[in-house]
Amino acid sequence: MALDWYLAVSALIFCIGAGGVLVRRNPLVVLLCLELMLNAANLALITFARMHGGEAGQIFALIVMVVAACEVTVGLGLLVAISRRNLPIDVDKLHELNG
Amino acid sequence: MSVVMFFLAAGAAIIGAIGVVTLRNPLYSVLALVCHLVALAALFLLLRAEFVAAAQVVVYAGAVMVLYVFVVAYVGGGEEVSAGSTLRILGPLFALALAVELFIALLGSALSGIHRYGAPYKLGFGTPEQIGRLFLTDYLFPFEVASLLLLVAAIGAVVLARRRRGLEEGALELKDLLAMPRPAYTGTIAEGVGVRRVREQLEQAHGGVTEVVPAGAPGSEEQS
Repeated sequence: MALDWYLAVSALIFCIGAGGVLVRRNPLVVLLCLELMLNAANLALITFARMHGGEAGQIFALIVMVVAACEVTVGLGLLVAISRRNLPIDVDKLHELNG
Repeated sequence: MSVVMFFLAAGAAIIGAIGVVTLRNPLYSVLALVCHLVALAALFLLLRAEFVAAAQVVVYAGAVMVLYVFVVAYVGGGEEVSAGSTLRILGPLFALALAVELFIALLGSALSGIHRYGAPYKLGFGTPEQIGRLFLTDYLFPFEVASLLLLVAAIGAVVLARRRRGLEEGALELKDLLAMPRPAYTGTIAEGVGVRRVREQLEQAHGGVTEVVPAGAPGSEEQS
């Protein structure tokens, strides 16, 4: 299987994720779409690792997974704090920091 | 065989991704993401990244998604109101433009000319042994930074999501806190600021607060 097909899949998934981040309003789903984008980047990194025959890309992908796990943890913590204060679960209404 | 596997896995990954974006119920979005992640792990296996594929299934589809499911159950995925904003139209347009741009970059680049089928396969490529060796030699610093980042994120999540005393019903009320004996000149700024207001309310309600605030508490000194 030619490797550019993998890059095409990765690009497609990234675009779907980016569109989801813009369209959806539930912060939970926005986080899920961010995961999609990070996973697309992971797929591209691993494809490049296969292309060059070195494992550096796989190391990068693992680090990206760590960063994604951290982001999810903090994001879900924020979400739990928001729901505990009975604030609306909607990114359009949560603009207190907007100034 | 690998072509069939690729198209199956890629199709499942893309359908899962579309499901994450389009499904209304957040719980179904999470399940679609699990499907997407498993399909992606199959793609990783096809690219001979065995360890990353295993980590993907165990860490992502196993641990992170369980966290998501719990939070969906806790928050209660409320149905979204249909967004009438301009982003509703601009978002898909932006995604489409991004896709076109990425595909132009992909087709125009020389990547496909150089290594269309990848480097020749070495024995032991992508095994845990190889990854572990690289993590402890060439990439030791990123490894340590990642562990520190995980620690910070874990502490941050606990601090963000912890139960705060006094904010929920059934916990101690503010007047009980004020009545609690404590050394003079101690207490939080919030209590110091809130003391006057709460005492006024209590005075209206009970006609005096001398029985609530014991002598020696900082509030009684301020007000007398």
